[in-house]
Amino acid sequence: MTGKPYRLTEGGSRIDRNSRMTFSFDGRDVQGFAGDTVASAVLASGQKIFGRSFKYHRPRGVVGLGSEEMNALIGVGADARHEPNLRATQVEIFGGMVAESQNRWPSLTYDMGAINSKLSRFIPGGFYYKTFKWPQAFWKHVYEPIIRRAAGLGRAATGCDPDTYEHMHLHCDVLVAGGGLAGILAAEAAAKAGARVVLIDENPVLGGIADLTAGMINGECAADWLKPTADALQMMPNMRVLSRTTVVGHYHHNYLMAHERVGDHDPALLAAGAPRQRKWKIRAKRVIMATGAIERPIAFANNDRPNIMLASAARGLISRYGVSPGTQGIVFTNNDDAYLTAFALQKAGVNVQIVDSRARPDGDLVKRAQEEGIPVSLSSVISAVAGTQAVRAVKIAAYRKGQGRVITERKVDCDFIAMSGGWNPALHLWAHNGGKIRFDDSLQSFRPDTHPDAITAVGAANGTMSVAETISEAQAAGEVAAKSVLKKAKAAKPAKIEVKEPKRGALEPLWFAPATGHYNEGNKHFIDFQNDVTVADLELAQREGYESVEHTKRYTTLGMATDQGKTSNLNGLGVLAEATGKTIPEIGVTTFRPPYTPYSFGAIAGALTNDLFLPVRRTAVFQWHTDQGATWEPVGQWRRAYTYTGVGEEKHQSITREILSVRNKVGLLDASTLGKIEIKGPDAAEFLDRIYTNTFSTLKVGRCRYGLMMNELGFLSDDGVTVRLGEDHFLMHTTSGGADRIAAWLEEWLQTEWTQYKVFVTPVTEQWSQFALAGPQAREVLEKLEPDFEITNEAFPHMSFKIGKLGGFPVRVYRISFSGELSYEIAAPAGYGLSLWQAIMEAGAEFGIGPYGTEALHVLRAEKGYIVIGDETDGTTTPDDVGMAGMVSKKKTDFLGKRSLEQSELKRDGRKQLVGLLTEEPNDILPDGAHAVADLKDKPPMKMIGHVTSSYMSPSLGRSIAMALIENGRARMGETIAFPLAGGKVMKAKIIGTVFYDKDGGRINA
Amino acid sequence: MLLVTCPVCHASGDETDFHFGGQAHVARPATSNPEGISDEQQREYLFTRINPKGLHFERVRCDRGCGKWFHAARDTMTMEFKAFYGITELPPDHVIKQAKGAWAEYFTMRMKKQK
Repeated sequence: MTGKPYRLTEGGSRIDRNSRMTFSFDGRDVQGFAGDTVASAVLASGQKIFGRSFKYHRPRGVVGLGSEEMNALIGVGADARHEPNLRATQVEIFGGMVAESQNRWPSLTYDMGAINSKLSRFIPGGFYYKTFKWPQAFWKHVYEPIIRRAAGLGRAATGCDPDTYEHMHLHCDVLVAGGGLAGILAAEAAAKAGARVVLIDENPVLGGIADLTAGMINGECAADWLKPTADALQMMPNMRVLSRTTVVGHYHHNYLMAHERVGDHDPALLAAGAPRQRKWKIRAKRVIMATGAIERPIAFANNDRPNIMLASAARGLISRYGVSPGTQGIVFTNNDDAYLTAFALQKAGVNVQIVDSRARPDGDLVKRAQEEGIPVSLSSVISAVAGTQAVRAVKIAAYRKGQGRVITERKVDCDFIAMSGGWNPALHLWAHNGGKIRFDDSLQSFRPDTHPDAITAVGAANGTMSVAETISEAQAAGEVAAKSVLKKAKAAKPAKIEVKEPKRGALEPLWFAPATGHYNEGNKHFIDFQNDVTVADLELAQREGYESVEHTKRYTTLGMATDQGKTSNLNGLGVLAEATGKTIPEIGVTTFRPPYTPYSFGAIAGALTNDLFLPVRRTAVFQWHTDQGATWEPVGQWRRAYTYTGVGEEKHQSITREILSVRNKVGLLDASTLGKIEIKGPDAAEFLDRIYTNTFSTLKVGRCRYGLMMNELGFLSDDGVTVRLGEDHFLMHTTSGGADRIAAWLEEWLQTEWTQYKVFVTPVTEQWSQFALAGPQAREVLEKLEPDFEITNEAFPHMSFKIGKLGGFPVRVYRISFSGELSYEIAAPAGYGLSLWQAIMEAGAEFGIGPYGTEALHVLRAEKGYIVIGDETDGTTTPDDVGMAGMVSKKKTDFLGKRSLEQSELKRDGRKQLVGLLTEEPNDILPDGAHAVADLKDKPPMKMIGHVTSSYMSPSLGRSIAMALIENGRARMGETIAFPLAGGKVMKAKIIGTVFYDKDGGRINA
Repeated sequence: MLLVTCPVCHASGDETDFHFGGQAHVARPATSNPEGISDEQQREYLFTRINPKGLHFERVRCDRGCGKWFHAARDTMTMEFKAFYGITELPPDHVIKQAKGAWAEYFTMRMKKQK
């Protein structure tokens, strides 16, 4: 290796040196090879800084090799294709790719926010909770905007995502998460036994870190030995291999969520129509967790400087990408594994020396270092790092286990550091769904223990660090998994495998390396790099009394960044253990939450966007309404015509016109969305008596009755008109929004309580179109439609119905009214809907018929004091509260909610009762929900005595009207009460009865 | 995402294909004796529920399948289903034997009544 640039002249198992590609990073062209990641290519170009840190805006570089990366977060893609917070170590480059660093302004090397670093003593752990509290208004207008700009990570995409995303469903016998040595062998064993296997790996190439492992298998290095096996997996008919796919979560009963990056690395795939990403929903009979292990950083002073990385990352850069982090390296370790990095660097021609905190390491690799002439400083730590934007030198200090201060130290020049504090099994998936974990002293980490689901951990994920043991463990697990799900598993003869690997010396925990000078004065020991949490922050939280690790986590934000503490959680526990004199298992762990790595909203939404997000239900007349200029009101999934604005008309004008048309002439409403449920069987009448507060067994065939429904608590839940089609045959109408709920409610009681009843419940809402023909001239219009039945008031009175024909249309006509006018609800099979509607409009033309929408309907019913469930009721409203105690049967022994009406709370004085209101000023319209007060004062608090439930300008009365639930309302007739409104205005209104229009009901019965 | 099997139509599916219906075996006093229900009985019926750590019995509806209500015996700690059984039925004997605390008392009472 001779100086810069950093790309070595040979090596690089992942890259193709014959295929060069150029991409842009922060607007600068960077050269790379096919197979490079943004991290490897940018490092090869000599740039060390990839971003600024979250809180202190410290320059940061690459630390990891793959998904564990917490520092080098980048945004990729322009405009609508932009995706923030991606790990530079995972993003594969392609020609023309646009990538950018994050959280820096104006540039990476000169960042204004870095002033935070100088102010760090004023923003210690938990500072969010200590400052920014007062005055209250400052939070919204001052603190939050500033914090939002200064802190945080990437920016969101702009515009509508042009790519497609898919959801996939998969069932399998055995799912193997992780395609390293353990995962491949477990998958192979399970598949050979005959199981349907899915192997999922987050990297573009199978093999895990077999290429970074010491040890020879059957005389070959591990990666070379493994490759033919990995290649053969792809050909097995009962095996599915998903690469570039991360198992992001493990849920109950072995349900797993995986995120596949299908086209992110190759625009040609996207152009050819491939989805950008997929979300896999997988149900596996058995899960084998072979997720490997994640290397730990070491907490030493300024351990976050660019070009301080994990030992495995440095090793991987050299062997996979032919990139060296520098020319002069220090390997800082407390274990044998990092020695492999020193050997790799030495072989690549990089000057390297080892700093080992242990006094007497005795593993084979330590001996080999001495043989190869690599300088090793035992009983030593790094006590200082010189250089802000890149490492220039370190100080190496003598160290004894547990020592907190530096006594002697010496300076050594270097331009990068590779650190290793040991390895943590990646047990996130294990813990997502309640798996227990236990502390392992030799690993100084947690490893899987028991799990309620059928899941097994193998290899490094199980804390098994030896190659030989991993192989036998993985093969056995694969076979056992297959046998447990197959009736007859195929017997397999495992080939003889001979492994030679170095004997490892013991690791010694090093949770804190003492620093030169005053600790935490610019000497930060970072634990959580992504959230800028230091050892000092954790110790401060401890001193301030945050004893529980869960509290410490929230107070300091340790492990709460997008990496979910992959590299920081255990180090944090180690620091807390030392600060409290407890052991790590005594401190306990915080919860591991999905997702393992963040994934995009696009993948979460899949195809379920825009029109597919929530399908719209349309009536047969939908297009006609649209053509007539209807605006829409969503009612459940339905779209109902709100009002039909004509040319040059405002909405309030068209609503008034529609109301007056019904009151003075005739109008037509599409009421098809009204819930319709047929109830049939010999016990139908008795069943309805149980469901409704009033009695239906006495209803005569051919008649209609309005019914009230309560839940078992005695509160109103729905209302509507039910008609008796035959002795054992009823048709129930429910509210539009309540149709599905009430059908399910009826079913539930039939199936679970009155199982002896012979009754069928059939929802028929969509089978019928139903139109309300309302107004003083409704009968004339009906006559013109040529009914084959008599329609005189005597032959067809209010609350009765006819089955027959209108001209050619087979219809049921119900004489029921929600407008207070003479009204016929005409129902026909939905296929006739549109032509029937048009026929009625045509017949009514000479009478000035007009369609009316839901808003006109609501005003019409309010003028009559008819309640709407959900407006006049709120789930705690009884029949008596809305003045309908008379509809609650005293004769029936049992119906739903009856017994609850006897509870003292529902019988007490002073409940809110429904009343009508007339404002003093007729043009004042009370706002919906406005609160009435007992005594009007200049400012709150004032005792509130009720609220407005419905409020409209009534064209029929030429003034505003309202209904309200008011304490003791019915005893307050004639009283005037005050409604103080936002902005200081007060409206006063007189309490009257709820029927504002046609009190004697003459018009309905006309 | 629990994996549920309907004992009526024998379909297995994700819990989102089913509808959870709260604690099982809650008797509605008014059905058998509408007149003589004390406030305390009504309160028990409406609001008091068992919240066990371990084996629990619940109601489930096969929402996107056959539409039938049924019962499920579930361990609240491990999420394991011990049995699915009909809405008018008691759990299988071997599951009743595993019941503890309030549930054990309930099933003992039911067995006595049956005899």
